[in-house]
Amino acid sequence: MFQATALNRRNARIETGMRVAYLGMTLMLIVPVLLVLGVLIDKGAPALSWEFLTEVPLKGMTEGGIFPALMGTVALVLVALLASVPVGVAAAIYLSEYAPNTWLTRLVNLAIINLAGVPSIVHALFGVGAFVMFFGFGTSILAASLTLAVMTLPVVIVSTRESLRAVPQEFREACWTLGATRWQTIWRIVLPNAISGILTGVILEVSRTVGETAPIMFTGAAFFLPFLPQSVFDQTMAMSLHLFVISTQVPDVPEALPYAVALALIAVVLVMNAASIAFRVVLRRRKKW
Amino acid sequence: MTFGTSRRSTTCEGVLGETPPAIRTVGLNLWYGDFQALKDVEIEVPRGSITGMIGPSGCGKSTLLRCVTRIVERVGGVRTTGGLQVLGHDIYAPDVELVQLRKRVGMVFQRPNPLPLSIRNNVLFGHAIHTTSVRGAKAERQQLLESALREVMLWDKVKDRLDARAIDLSLEEQQKLCIARLLPVKPSILLMDEPCSALDPDGTAAIEQLIWSLRGEYTILIVTHNMAQARRATEQCAFMLGGTVVEYSKTETMFASPAAKRTADYIEGRYG
Repeated sequence: MFQATALNRRNARIETGMRVAYLGMTLMLIVPVLLVLGVLIDKGAPALSWEFLTEVPLKGMTEGGIFPALMGTVALVLVALLASVPVGVAAAIYLSEYAPNTWLTRLVNLAIINLAGVPSIVHALFGVGAFVMFFGFGTSILAASLTLAVMTLPVVIVSTRESLRAVPQEFREACWTLGATRWQTIWRIVLPNAISGILTGVILEVSRTVGETAPIMFTGAAFFLPFLPQSVFDQTMAMSLHLFVISTQVPDVPEALPYAVALALIAVVLVMNAASIAFRVVLRRRKKW
Repeated sequence: MTFGTSRRSTTCEGVLGETPPAIRTVGLNLWYGDFQALKDVEIEVPRGSITGMIGPSGCGKSTLLRCVTRIVERVGGVRTTGGLQVLGHDIYAPDVELVQLRKRVGMVFQRPNPLPLSIRNNVLFGHAIHTTSVRGAKAERQQLLESALREVMLWDKVKDRLDARAIDLSLEEQQKLCIARLLPVKPSILLMDEPCSALDPDGTAAIEQLIWSLRGEYTILIVTHNMAQARRATEQCAFMLGGTVVEYSKTETMFASPAAKRTADYIEGRYG
């Protein structure tokens, strides 16, 4: 009575085939990650040392460390975050919580999506025109960071907007019917519930900013500058550009060196992400309910 | 549970005279874009009583409810004509401050929507947003908290876990909490949009009992899909259909001898 028919068996075969295919595709995602990390560790680890992280590059960048580039990258990312997070979060709050659904709002949303699609080299040229020349910041950390900030702004706005939208509408209605203003509602209820999503967007932004080369190479990153910047108006070395330079522009670089720089670059991303995640956990703990 | 014996003498017309009714609409029309959701609604809700609104889905009863606190305008494309007076004041007058209106008119929703805060902070939320000084007055806050929770018959259950998360309460308790949340702001009118529809029969009975105990002190306007509830828990009742008020009378009258055939058909479950 309950025996499988030919159709059942056929559907079961398709079912198994699909499951295996999807699982295979998913596993394939892990392969490049493991390969990249494996190659980097294999080739770069021998060159890594405490001195590598704390010394300046020596002998035409074929020896020594990456300290100025490491600090430069951290500075670039932090200044970019300082510029883009407040602006992006504020814009997302406006778009999600205040803006009426008019043609202007739709135009702004469209602009944000298009901004995200602009190639980074175009952002670099914009940065040169706007920050380096028009605002007169010169080639500096400030100009480079602002260029990075403009480039990553759409990421922050979109991720913040989405996490604000994920806060149930009932919470807002409860607040409004109690006579809360929009801002009271946002500050007391919406933001505390959206903060993890917002920080996830910031993590994405950090990851992207750390590795970008094009937007900073014309606006503030230096080829070789073996000391630390003194202010945001100075140029700086950066790890991404340094990696590009020693891989392609400098002769006689030992093979391990670029891999070690790449490994350090990934480590910086992971450390900054870990910091954001830790911050997120702390915020969640503090939430008293 | 029957409430029939404790019905008071207030009728739809009885309260008129010196004090204006809690809510009065004068030829109220409302459009969502091109769709007219309310058509020439004329209704007077006497103070201190429980008024029910029944009718099939989409008849405009929730819209009418949301007009009273002017929350309906939060959706774009809403246009209103006609008048709506709350406690004798036109709430569409240009000088009306919505915050003040909403302090006097509280709202309870279909699904209990406690804020993602502790029980304590849920109850005190309204107080917190309407007071300037955050510090001090701890005794006053504690007193507000206790009296609000006692009024909704929740104090004994939650007094030992006031800092627990509100969403961990049962649905019935959550709905009670949502009512308690309105009280520290000292409202006059409580709007309830199908407050029991997410609850089981026991929860429904408990909330009905609570609503009944709140009448007198508060004017309660309650939307319901539950005929039995409308019959046992309201004093007067409006039947709405297609954006108009078809019939508005004392609940006993409406259910015993409805004036309009459409009301009778709806009450008896022939449609809706």
